[in-house]
Amino acid sequence: MNNGRKIKVLVSVIGLDGHFTGAQIVSRFLMDAGMEVVYLGIYQTPEMIVRAAIDESVDVIGISSHASNYGQIGLLIDLMKKNDLVDVPLICGGTIPKGEAEALIKRGVSKIFPPQSTSESIIEYIVSCARG
Amino acid sequence: MISMTVQKILNGDRRTAARLIRDIDDGIPGTREILKAIHRHTGKAYVIGITGSPGVGKSTLVDQMIHGLRRSGKTVGVLAIDPTSPFSGGAILGDRIRMQRHSLDDGVFIRSLATRGQFGGLTQSTRSAIDVLDAMGKDYIIVETVGVGQDEVDIARSADTTVIVVVPGMGDHIQAIKAGIFEVGDIFVINKSDRPDAEKTLHDLRALFDIARKKLTGEGWEPPILMAEAASNRGIAELLDEIEKHRKSRKTLSHETVIHRKQAVARDELIDMIKCRLFQEALDHITSSPEFKIYLDCVTEGTKDPYSACDELLSAKLCFIGDEVNRKPDLQEYLVAQK
Repeated sequence: MNNGRKIKVLVSVIGLDGHFTGAQIVSRFLMDAGMEVVYLGIYQTPEMIVRAAIDESVDVIGISSHASNYGQIGLLIDLMKKNDLVDVPLICGGTIPKGEAEALIKRGVSKIFPPQSTSESIIEYIVSCARG
Repeated sequence: MISMTVQKILNGDRRTAARLIRDIDDGIPGTREILKAIHRHTGKAYVIGITGSPGVGKSTLVDQMIHGLRRSGKTVGVLAIDPTSPFSGGAILGDRIRMQRHSLDDGVFIRSLATRGQFGGLTQSTRSAIDVLDAMGKDYIIVETVGVGQDEVDIARSADTTVIVVVPGMGDHIQAIKAGIFEVGDIFVINKSDRPDAEKTLHDLRALFDIARKKLTGEGWEPPILMAEAASNRGIAELLDEIEKHRKSRKTLSHETVIHRKQAVARDELIDMIKCRLFQEALDHITSSPEFKIYLDCVTEGTKDPYSACDELLSAKLCFIGDEVNRKPDLQEYLVAQK
């Protein structure tokens, strides 16, 4: 943990995706790892996520995606850049095909965790990249 | 640097305010100076405390209250407090979910906070966060807390109006007497009043009031009990009306009462602040000392009982504690010799 700060993560599902189980499981194990998780739930627009990230002053944004809504994730990255959230890494997880994943990384997503990723690997990554 | 931050907050800049609240929560040095500078710009906002057991519908009620206040053109700040896990120190902050329709409204600032530390932590950073939202120029600040224990009573003291939310059939009124929250309520709301037993809850609360009223300080305000169904926006207009009435009733208080109250609030605030710093610094001072490590080993090995260890450590490290305990002139030498 960096200089006594607690890591604060925003976890959300984006667009018309209603699959919340993954997001809730991730929220739970991040809490168990000692982090504070702002859980936004489903049906969030990029605008709502960016606003919440600013108001809550989070270190990392995590998006759980299971409904082929990669376009929305792309819009979220653009909006984050526009709102000067460049120091907040965007992490995605869920059923994102390899090709789409590569395109999203190119567009600015920091890391994508495919199915079968361990909770340890996700926690470790967040700890390593959370801003101070 | 400080004056720039202060100016941004006074201009209502949400990013700066959000970052400051985060720094306050994380105990970053330097936030204190900013808080000192903004304090004289506070005191304009009206602070409403909402408390009640988990699941009674506080967040939904707050959502409807925001809606009502926004319709009358008021700006609103919300502090939604969720518990920190005592096992991991982490927390899931989920209150925003119920308030999502306001998430893009520039006149609304919603912030989630975790309870974190045990000793005055919640109270301390919540109070500071209230100051920040106040300095931002919010007309109303709603503080939503989980209704358990002393912290709620403290929050109630810093709120202008405290609303206690209960639901039918949960025995909440009994819990309320147990926890001592009952005395701090200015307005009571029976939420989910479409449920069976709502009438019974009303009667029970009224009966309790008759007993408790003797204890109330006779300031001319009788706490009303309202029925509401927050999910379908019923009873919210009435609640906002009662809050307004309570606000006005406070203006008609005698000069002595006002001074007396102000003093009580200031005293609580100051004592909390002293408690918080004292505890933190004293504990750091003790646990970072080499003696602490030695004593810890002794207690672990069973060569010293924890009671003596505590007394001796305190009398050695904090000069004003434990006069009755024999002071050891050179504690470290003494300990090493003992070992």
